[in-house]
Amino acid sequence: MEYRLRRTMMFVPGNNPSMIKDAYIYGSDSIMFDLEDSVSIAEKDAARLLVYHALTSVDYGDKELVVRINDPYTKLGKDDLEAMVRAGVHVIRLPKTETAQDVVFCDEQITQIEKEIGKEAGSTRMMAAIESAVGVLNARDIAFASKRLIGIALGAEDYVTDLKTNRSPEGIELLFARCMILQAARAAGISALDTVYSDVNNEEGLIKEAKLIKQLGFDGKSVINPKQIEPIVNIYTPTVKEIKKSLDIMEAIKEANQKGSGVIALNGKMIDKPIVERARRVLDLARAAGVLDLEDDSIE
Amino acid sequence: MEIKHIGTAGTMGSSDILVTIEKISNGIDISLNSSVEKQFGNQIRSVIAECIKNSGIENAKVTAVDKGALDCVIRARVETAVYRACDSQDYVWRGIK
Repeated sequence: MEYRLRRTMMFVPGNNPSMIKDAYIYGSDSIMFDLEDSVSIAEKDAARLLVYHALTSVDYGDKELVVRINDPYTKLGKDDLEAMVRAGVHVIRLPKTETAQDVVFCDEQITQIEKEIGKEAGSTRMMAAIESAVGVLNARDIAFASKRLIGIALGAEDYVTDLKTNRSPEGIELLFARCMILQAARAAGISALDTVYSDVNNEEGLIKEAKLIKQLGFDGKSVINPKQIEPIVNIYTPTVKEIKKSLDIMEAIKEANQKGSGVIALNGKMIDKPIVERARRVLDLARAAGVLDLEDDSIE
Repeated sequence: MEIKHIGTAGTMGSSDILVTIEKISNGIDISLNSSVEKQFGNQIRSVIAECIKNSGIENAKVTAVDKGALDCVIRARVETAVYRACDSQDYVWRGIK
């Protein structure tokens, strides 16, 4: 599985030309065009054509481009898949995933379309949004259901309704789902993406929630407003102290490799594989946030 | 495809274009009202004409109110209006082959 930063995934309503045009400039790692809940039933056709033409003509640079489709068992969802796979979308986001079979079914549909258009098999990736108690309990099977999967995500609004509760500022009602999804994602070696924070005017609450999900181990979080991107990126940006320590670790590894030494120590402490992996992730996050120079590793 | 009734797509929102298509008997007639008429009027008409031609429709009046739409938005809205006017869901995707 290729490594990719997914600190922020910005929702863009699929029938909104203005947001589709501007989506690139806000700096999210991924852009998720939505054909599902943010589009009224009367405008599904218009949104599909709009996102299709945007994907085939707008240059979104290095952004990961995701499209949330409608239920793939319906004609709407099948039309969405036909259009988006042909448009060359990077990732299809499957909504309301409850079982591994849901993933397999969508995978098979994509495989068929890729075959028809002569596109490399497996090149269209998938992510699965888990939004119900059944889905959470099946998280492990879902995460392992397809090689196309780049990640699984929690969709909290439907989930809390299913639990017969609502979202609290502390998010205690989401703890089990977050932990299940995270373990499943890590076991499968894919990304774990957290749900949106709906109160766009509450930056303090957003920061608190982003700190929590980062500490749990999530790769990042979905955002519904561009102003939510910076606070989350700031939380995922390592401190100068963390960056220096990670650079020292990588340097020690390099020296040890040059000397052919099997045991690596830094300041009297042994460095093992997990420490190196964490250091590498810190440096990736620092480079992505622009605080570490890509060329010479100088700290900005 | 054959136009069965008036088809409309798009909105009057920023960066969008509101497109209405109806059947006439003598060729393609494009009527455009755009906030950027002077700068992009010819380009917008050209994109609309190309989309109509690609759909195979030979007789239609297209009325468009543009609010600064990108070419990809114009294409999407014209095609949506055509599909709606023709009561068709037989979408033709011309993406990556």
